[in-house]
Amino acid sequence: MNKTVLNSAHIELGAKMVNFSHWEMPISYTSLIEEHHAVRNTAGVFDVSHMSVFDFNGGDQVAFFEKIFANDIKKISNKNKAIYGALLNEEGGILDDLIIYHAKDKFRVVSNCSTREQNRQWYEKHAAEFGVEVVARSDMGILAIQGPDALNKILSIEGINPQVNNLPSFGCMFDGDKLYARTGYTGEDGLEIIVPSDEINQLWDQALRLGCTPIGLGARDTLRLEAGLNLYGNDMTIENHPYESNLGWTIDMTDENRQFIGKQALLSIDQSKSQKIIGIILRDKGVLRSGYEVIHDKGKGVVLSGSYSPTLQSSIGLARVDQGYKKDGKVMIRNKMLNIDFVSPRFVEKGKISI
Amino acid sequence: MNDIPADLKFLSSHEWARVESDGTITVGISDHAQDLLGDIVFVELPEVGQSVDAESDAAIVESVKAASDVYSPLSGEVIEVNSLLEDQPEIINSAPYEDGWFYKLNPSDMGEFDNLLSPEDYSDACED
Repeated sequence: MNKTVLNSAHIELGAKMVNFSHWEMPISYTSLIEEHHAVRNTAGVFDVSHMSVFDFNGGDQVAFFEKIFANDIKKISNKNKAIYGALLNEEGGILDDLIIYHAKDKFRVVSNCSTREQNRQWYEKHAAEFGVEVVARSDMGILAIQGPDALNKILSIEGINPQVNNLPSFGCMFDGDKLYARTGYTGEDGLEIIVPSDEINQLWDQALRLGCTPIGLGARDTLRLEAGLNLYGNDMTIENHPYESNLGWTIDMTDENRQFIGKQALLSIDQSKSQKIIGIILRDKGVLRSGYEVIHDKGKGVVLSGSYSPTLQSSIGLARVDQGYKKDGKVMIRNKMLNIDFVSPRFVEKGKISI
Repeated sequence: MNDIPADLKFLSSHEWARVESDGTITVGISDHAQDLLGDIVFVELPEVGQSVDAESDAAIVESVKAASDVYSPLSGEVIEVNSLLEDQPEIINSAPYEDGWFYKLNPSDMGEFDNLLSPEDYSDACED
């Protein structure tokens, strides 16, 4: 089993450890619900060093990303920003979702842990023609500090570059090999800090000392679900195209001359007929879970992510459904038809219920 | 972890049973089980009058993370359910052996109670 550098720090804090895609990771330290509220109300710190980090050397990196990335990397060129989007195969299937950070002429990519080897091979296969070298940064760790008080806490950390305070949403900056980015997976303000592994223990300790609550993968999942953010492998896989995965907004065809991998396949999709990912709220007692059947007036679908929302204090989920749904529908839970409402998947934004 | 009350007996799947003074049986889940599940947010209880079989599913408990079946330690007829759990399922986390009980039943075979694990044997089974 793989372990992050902070493994023993988690165990010392009494975390429950689980196997997450062959990584031993903390699922919670105390109570998942309390951890969730800590991020919504103050600040939490997450060890997400299991995620994959790649750097790139030499060659025409812009042309490389123009080809392999479905969003258009030109949007962030020379802007010190991050961009979210999908890596597609020729059939338009989603290989992964990722964030590309670009600052000081350097690109750094962060993607899921389960797709690390697939992505490495995919990058190497396509990098050669652009003279680009792919560097897997297994020597890096990632801390996310998230919540309304996150920035205040971060600015008190010793050795933090104070310029991080000026980063706009999705802004990023390198400080040596360290990357600071105003990104996250919670729907709250905060930073993700990608640092060499030997510096991470010290950052973690300081974040805790400053009052950040340690947050496990359990609360990370309820936070991202409330924020309406997809989880790769759960809400979308290689069998899905972006239009049926709520990722149409990340497909950029503005530049007609840009031929990215998967573009031709996407052009042949009739978007008016494809299924959609939509938010659902259970109006009866119970908990939505992945795989439950969804029914509405004009079609059906299936729950992809389902859980209990600590902020809404009811069960919410993401479902992939046929088009034609209106306000409400039904979900089948253990042979009972229960009532659901269809809503925008962004349930919570900056600590407030937004539906 | 709370100490296990000495009058309880267990299934290895983490349910407890207690014989009340009137001969009925109260059923719940162990402190170890609630700790494994984490924050409990929903419970589906059996119907009063329903027959349940020993080691068959009688209830469902859902934490934020997952849904789990609850097996009945004894066979019998359900005579009461803990309606408090409908609105406050988190009581199972805080008081698994007291206010967090699930249901009471009239046992059809008290011999089944003797076959359950003692608190010591159950604790040993959890450590394996």
